[in-house]
Amino acid sequence: MTDVKNLEEIFQSKIDAEQKIEPKDWMPDAYRKNLVRQISQHAHSEVVGMLPEGNWITRAPSLRRKAILLAKVQDEAGHGLYLYSAVETMGTSREQTIDDLLSGKAKYSSIFNYPTLTWADIGAIGWLVDGAAIMNQVMLCRTSYGPYARAMVRICKEESFHQRQGYEIMAVLAKGTPEQKEMAQDALNRWWWPSLMMFGPTDANSPHSAQSMKWKIKRQSNDELRQTFIDRTVQQAEVIGLSIPDPDLKWNEETKHYDWGTIDWTEFNNVVAGNGPCNKERLAARNKAHAEGAWVREAAVAYAAKKAKRKAA
Amino acid sequence: MSNALFQYTLRLADDLLILNHRLSEWCGHGPILEEDIALTNRALDHLGEARNLFTYAGQVEGKNRSEDDLAYLRMERQFTNVKLMEQPNGDYAHTMARSFLFDAYHLPLMQALTKSTDAQLAAIAGKSVKEATYHLRASSEWMIRFGDGTEKSHQRAQAALDNLWTFTGELFENDPVLEEMTKAGIAPDMAAVKAAWSKTVDEVLAEATLKRPADGFMATGGRKGLHSEHMGFILAEMQHVTRAYPGAEW
Repeated sequence: MTDVKNLEEIFQSKIDAEQKIEPKDWMPDAYRKNLVRQISQHAHSEVVGMLPEGNWITRAPSLRRKAILLAKVQDEAGHGLYLYSAVETMGTSREQTIDDLLSGKAKYSSIFNYPTLTWADIGAIGWLVDGAAIMNQVMLCRTSYGPYARAMVRICKEESFHQRQGYEIMAVLAKGTPEQKEMAQDALNRWWWPSLMMFGPTDANSPHSAQSMKWKIKRQSNDELRQTFIDRTVQQAEVIGLSIPDPDLKWNEETKHYDWGTIDWTEFNNVVAGNGPCNKERLAARNKAHAEGAWVREAAVAYAAKKAKRKAA
Repeated sequence: MSNALFQYTLRLADDLLILNHRLSEWCGHGPILEEDIALTNRALDHLGEARNLFTYAGQVEGKNRSEDDLAYLRMERQFTNVKLMEQPNGDYAHTMARSFLFDAYHLPLMQALTKSTDAQLAAIAGKSVKEATYHLRASSEWMIRFGDGTEKSHQRAQAALDNLWTFTGELFENDPVLEEMTKAGIAPDMAAVKAAWSKTVDEVLAEATLKRPADGFMATGGRKGLHSEHMGFILAEMQHVTRAYPGAEW
């Protein structure tokens, strides 16, 4: 007992001294479990997130937009790869992690259970969804677990590109024809509240947050990050002449922040519970790709084995 | 001359755009993440080359048509890609076999085009050679893995080749446009490109333990805008947003 207590003290003192925890370092089981859950959810979100955006690649309205979108969705696949690798450093194989996604056991960001209905949704996702993700991810560049923090540094660079590209799509639509502007406003209307939900439950209802903060996995609370996102995004919307769909939104001179309305937590809980507009489709698409790819992966393994055998002979 | 050069440049671009469309359909649905990334790279390379060619075709034509005008505002009968490019993806072996048959043609074509008397085409080809080399290596490796992998993958790869072989003749078809371009030293000697293609196909299929299909009936028509029924759906999907908002900027 004393040993474990000592180890825990050493572990916490490292964290308090802003030293990174590395894969071979001792860590409490709960820390490992917490991170495996968080990083794998993050990896799944990148991979499932390819689907709503991929939905528009073949319909992108210009060749330039098509190239940008292809590159963007490809980046998300790359992020998935780094993150699955980060999970592997904690002793959980990529196969196991992916199986948990496919069986529905593991979660991913609920935002990707909303459909992309028009081209403007591609702009709204880049601007709002990647914008919200960046708030979390910038914080995670300083997270206490080394491999995760390093993966996040690379990911953040690409995500900030995505956010700017998304915003640019919206800006072009907003100053385009009346129909284009309407398309942009409609996308903002539909993606605004789900984007705010991305930060998770309010601090009062976020049971794991305190421990995550103590371990410096998280460094800012859900509500703090959400407020920073709102303050920034409201101004960006004003610049391009779109309005945030929140009648309660108002600048508060005293707090120097925007006051805003209330999130519909019933909707949030519903989508998390699997009843969002596209939960079934997303999981079905991942399962289909995995099942139909099985013989491809088997062929690659079989050929590699044959080749190795021939080389040895 | 400038009309033939326009037509010639446009077919090079159309092949790449339509193949890009098909490969883009895979994005997010690949058999493994690494392949998802690789296929998207391939799609991006084809699109990049197509864009350069469309822009140049527009300049040659001299009617102020942009890359997007050429990609989004022509109808089926005006597209001059070979039918191989518009064939549906099928399974991964089918997709890879389609790309392999194209890559084995595209690389020697681009290598030869670097010596074109048309400086712009030569420059575009120079940029493509590096990418095309990588594409051919990657698709060859998959043909070998499939052919010499499992029984199932061997069967699928062979079925894909058998199905697609009829579309390979069109890659080397001669017609007045090509004749004029060859005479001017703009297009290369296609017999040499075909010989290089044939050699690659033989070598890779031999290592893959796959059988080269016999040259039977060869499909034709793509270069004249006579496509398969797939083409209309590709364009309907690709063009609908752009066409729904005439003149809009994106």
